[in-house]
Amino acid sequence: MSVRAMTAPGHESLYSGGMRSWLTTVDHKRIGVLYGISALFYFVVGGVEALIIRLQLASADGTVVGADTFNQLFTMHGTTMVFLVLMPLSAALFNYMIPLMIGARDVAFPRLNAFSFWTFLFGSLLLNLSFLVGNPPDAGWFGYANLTSKQYNPGMGIDFWLLSVQIMGIASIASAVNFTVTILNMRAHGMSLMRMPLFVWMALIVQVLMLLAFPPITVAFIYLMFDRFFGTHFYIPDAGGTPILWQHLFWIFGHPEVYILILPSFGVVSEVLPTFSRKPLFGAPFMIFSGILIGFLGFGVWSHHMFTTGLGAVADTAFSLATMLIAIPTGVKIFNWIATLWGGHIHFKTPLYFAVGMVGLFIIGGLSGIMHASPPVDIQQHDTYFVVAHLHYVFFGGTVFGLFAGIYYWWPKITGRMIGEGLGKLHFWLMFIGMNLTFFPMHFLGMDGMPRRIYTYAADLGWERWNLIATVGAFVIAVSVLVFFVNAVRSVRAGEPAGGDPWDGATLEWTMSSPPPEYNFAIVPVVNSARPFWLHKFGPTRDISTRTREEGTPPQPDTPPERIDLPSPSGWPILAALGLSLVGGGALVGLWLVLVGVAVLVFGVYRWAFQPLERLGHPTFGPAPGGGR
Amino acid sequence: MNRERSTFLQTLLAALPLLLMGCGAQGPDWRTLQPVSDFGRLGADVYDDLIWWTLGILVVVELLLLYALLRYRSARSESEVPSQVHGFTALEIAWTLVPAAILFFIAIPTVRTIFELQGAPPSEDALEITVVGHQWWWEFQYPELGFVTANELHVPVGRTANLTLSSADVIHSFWIPQIGGKRDLNPGSENRLWFTPTEVGEYYGQCAELCGTSHANMRMRVFVDDSATFAEWAAAMQAPAIPDSAGAMTFLISGCAACHTIAGTPAQGKVGPDLTNVGRRTTLASSLIPNTPEHMAGWLRSPDSVKPGALMPDLNLDEQRVNELVRFLEGLR
Amino acid sequence: MDSHATTFGVPSRKMAMWVFIASECMFFGSLIATYLSYEGKSLVGPTPEEILNIPLTSVSTFVLLMSSLAMVLALDAVQTGDRRLARLWLGAVIVLGGLFLGGQVYEFNHFYHEGLTLQQNLFGATFFVLTGFHGAHVTVGVIWMVTLLVMSLRGRLGPERSLDVEVAGLYWHFVDVVWIVIFTVVYLIQ
Repeated sequence: MSVRAMTAPGHESLYSGGMRSWLTTVDHKRIGVLYGISALFYFVVGGVEALIIRLQLASADGTVVGADTFNQLFTMHGTTMVFLVLMPLSAALFNYMIPLMIGARDVAFPRLNAFSFWTFLFGSLLLNLSFLVGNPPDAGWFGYANLTSKQYNPGMGIDFWLLSVQIMGIASIASAVNFTVTILNMRAHGMSLMRMPLFVWMALIVQVLMLLAFPPITVAFIYLMFDRFFGTHFYIPDAGGTPILWQHLFWIFGHPEVYILILPSFGVVSEVLPTFSRKPLFGAPFMIFSGILIGFLGFGVWSHHMFTTGLGAVADTAFSLATMLIAIPTGVKIFNWIATLWGGHIHFKTPLYFAVGMVGLFIIGGLSGIMHASPPVDIQQHDTYFVVAHLHYVFFGGTVFGLFAGIYYWWPKITGRMIGEGLGKLHFWLMFIGMNLTFFPMHFLGMDGMPRRIYTYAADLGWERWNLIATVGAFVIAVSVLVFFVNAVRSVRAGEPAGGDPWDGATLEWTMSSPPPEYNFAIVPVVNSARPFWLHKFGPTRDISTRTREEGTPPQPDTPPERIDLPSPSGWPILAALGLSLVGGGALVGLWLVLVGVAVLVFGVYRWAFQPLERLGHPTFGPAPGGGR
Repeated sequence: MNRERSTFLQTLLAALPLLLMGCGAQGPDWRTLQPVSDFGRLGADVYDDLIWWTLGILVVVELLLLYALLRYRSARSESEVPSQVHGFTALEIAWTLVPAAILFFIAIPTVRTIFELQGAPPSEDALEITVVGHQWWWEFQYPELGFVTANELHVPVGRTANLTLSSADVIHSFWIPQIGGKRDLNPGSENRLWFTPTEVGEYYGQCAELCGTSHANMRMRVFVDDSATFAEWAAAMQAPAIPDSAGAMTFLISGCAACHTIAGTPAQGKVGPDLTNVGRRTTLASSLIPNTPEHMAGWLRSPDSVKPGALMPDLNLDEQRVNELVRFLEGLR
Repeated sequence: MDSHATTFGVPSRKMAMWVFIASECMFFGSLIATYLSYEGKSLVGPTPEEILNIPLTSVSTFVLLMSSLAMVLALDAVQTGDRRLARLWLGAVIVLGGLFLGGQVYEFNHFYHEGLTLQQNLFGATFFVLTGFHGAHVTVGVIWMVTLLVMSLRGRLGPERSLDVEVAGLYWHFVDVVWIVIFTVVYLIQ
């Protein structure tokens, strides 16, 4: 306990400054906060879309919305939750935590980081602009060709969708380059790959998946764009093209995307469970290699989304077996998490609730995934509510619960304040109950033959009861989210100061004040263990793997002993992002706007490229004259 | 701390049997597990296997998780530290190998069934049927029998039906849950699907691939008939009702013939469903509404309000014209 | 933040370019895979056999290869601080890259008049999108080289900035290698 008292007071000044300072910030922590706020905002947007969907389906022959509106709602719900919520929410935690966890001052390319965020934000705004022009996309988040062709979908909705997702894809690739290099190249001395926290490892795998998975979908979108704008026939059967090409390209992206969405949550849980059971992660090397294996196999299983397409028995067999293989490393993770709890001293704090909830719910999603791996079964489950149940156990039970575990775990670090345990647990229970009420009955509906993406169904099919229960569950989830926001606001306004190390953590981020200073580390740490701060607090004697007389990493001092220079804020990344988005958005307006966008982009990139990272008046800290802010 | 923990665990424990009960109570009714064809049976056997495997694993793993939580709750002061176990390689190898072994038992029937399901139809004398998906209705062609119908598929019990599947516009997916798994209808290429129905009855099906506005309304019925009933139906379809010529004239001048075919009349449109013997169908508008004069009239007055986005235009027919058409069409049997 | 010590001792910008190239491999890989899967699927002509001019394209391939050589020499000149040679070789890269692009413009124009357009058939669509996106990459590369040349002319490209040239060179060589693959797949193996 005495160790904790030593940490410095929080640096609330991290978040001070006007609008301009937020628009031009290059600080990974502030960018992380921007990602987080955007993602939570869109979580509400996508959630409202889901609630309307559930209201429509609560009874047979529902009349809440019409057929077209319903198709738009589930398309926007899927696209929003995947690209505007889960990915940026993971990005928020990556941005904020990775440099802190590897002992770096910032990411490798702070301005590219700002560019990624603003490009994402503008892309997401473009997507939602489709509501304002009254024509949101309506062909599903997966947008199967040739339903997206000009012939069958003449409106602008598909154009909004394909352009905005491409823009956000560029943001993802830029961010993936940045974080791959950050993780590989910016680690503190002694932070070897095998000493890296599991969260950082999973983040690294996610970056590699994004790097390799986004290009195929970009190509798929380019073809669709050419088909729609320039009259080519990539997906047009009348001219010899095949709509199935889209399915291949989409799922070569789409399946790794599943792991892009779930692995960050695996990483969070692998941090939270050890902290609250006060033990190291069980079998960390197994966890790392199983993560790598999951990512690698993820590229070889895309056609399991296409068992009904008619690829033939041999292809189906190959993709079926490859998919089953993924269950093995995934199972290893589950067992290792349970073994981490085993023999620990488990403290039942809110982050642990969410982490355990994630494990418990993800097991269900994982097991139904094994069923899909078997084509004879999958052809009955494909495109039914069984799959809706499965994917929500993975993405809601898995990703959302995991990310909330991360939010509650790192909330004190980020805000400097504790967040209410009572409301946190209420949030958990409501969300846990609501989630199971909503999604578990969907298994039954799917088994009873209810297809996905239908806006209405007949009363005599016997689907009303479970649909009504699912709708009730969805509103319970909505209440739980409300509880979270109340809790968050109360914490920010009047939360108890957290101190640097509220959970008795083991990793580097807990060695610094909450929130951390702008420069992160007053002294760049030296790392001798996978749990450097734990080693410092409890010594090597009880740390059987360390077998070392080396020192742990002590808490950071209040003030830097030497001068620290930080990059200057820059407005060019946001300008370049604006230019890029104008190129995309301009395609819907006219060539002139595309050209304006190109001009703004080129101007922004050149000013950015020739602007020194640290200019006169850049932030400096420490003993040098004029230091501090 | 203690109270919180016990509610946590009790709720979790309570939830599990509830879920299992849900499965047990509902199971017998689920369409996908009640196959009425050899094709559906092959899939359902693997499905049954997998349900038990996954439920078994689910219970074991969730109980382990709950046990760990229950057993290792902290009652000690926060600063106390448990034994710092980093791993146990033998154990980790074990729980890599055990799932692998289980997967082996899942993979064997899976692979065998894949090849059975996608192999040649089990019988030489299969009934050939061509299914063409349209936005948003089904076309069923019986090339050997020489007629075409829509939205209501008739097959004889005990005889293999061999379906050739394709689409006239976008991708659809042919699915009758009780007959078996779905297969897509792709524009520009053909898929195949065979099944031998084993039980006489009427079964529900609908399109399973998002295909536009009225995807939800692209429904169908399959009638598995005994051989005599099927023969009777086929004979009737082959010798279409002689339309009364006044009604046929109304049909022509109303513009219906631009899209619809009625055998024995000049109406030879190919865009919409073949209406020969439409009076024999039990449902209308891709199985959305029962085939009664009232529903038929409603459909003719405003197709879009029955099936949103329907490609059949609202012809602004006056009431007299609607009544004539209804009488004419219902008489086609 | 290249000034800070990095874990692998490789400058971060250089590593970033390698990482980006990995991503680009998937991009061109997807384009090439599509081209291959649609090969021979066009319903109407012109077909590749009728229209592709291998001798002409061999020349422009050679030109692009030579530009990579010039790129190597330019980097060497910048590293050794020989400004005159640096400008000469950077200029050579620009001229050779420009020649390649000129050849592509000529080829596209010629095909267009022969009746091969984006809309004509699947060969036209896959060919123009594949080679067009490669051409766009070359164009970006040429603009980048012009920027470096201007920097050099203003005396701002001393040996201390050689990393700028090295990173640009990595990109240039990659675009060159991609062309070798495209040339082989599209022109040589028909």
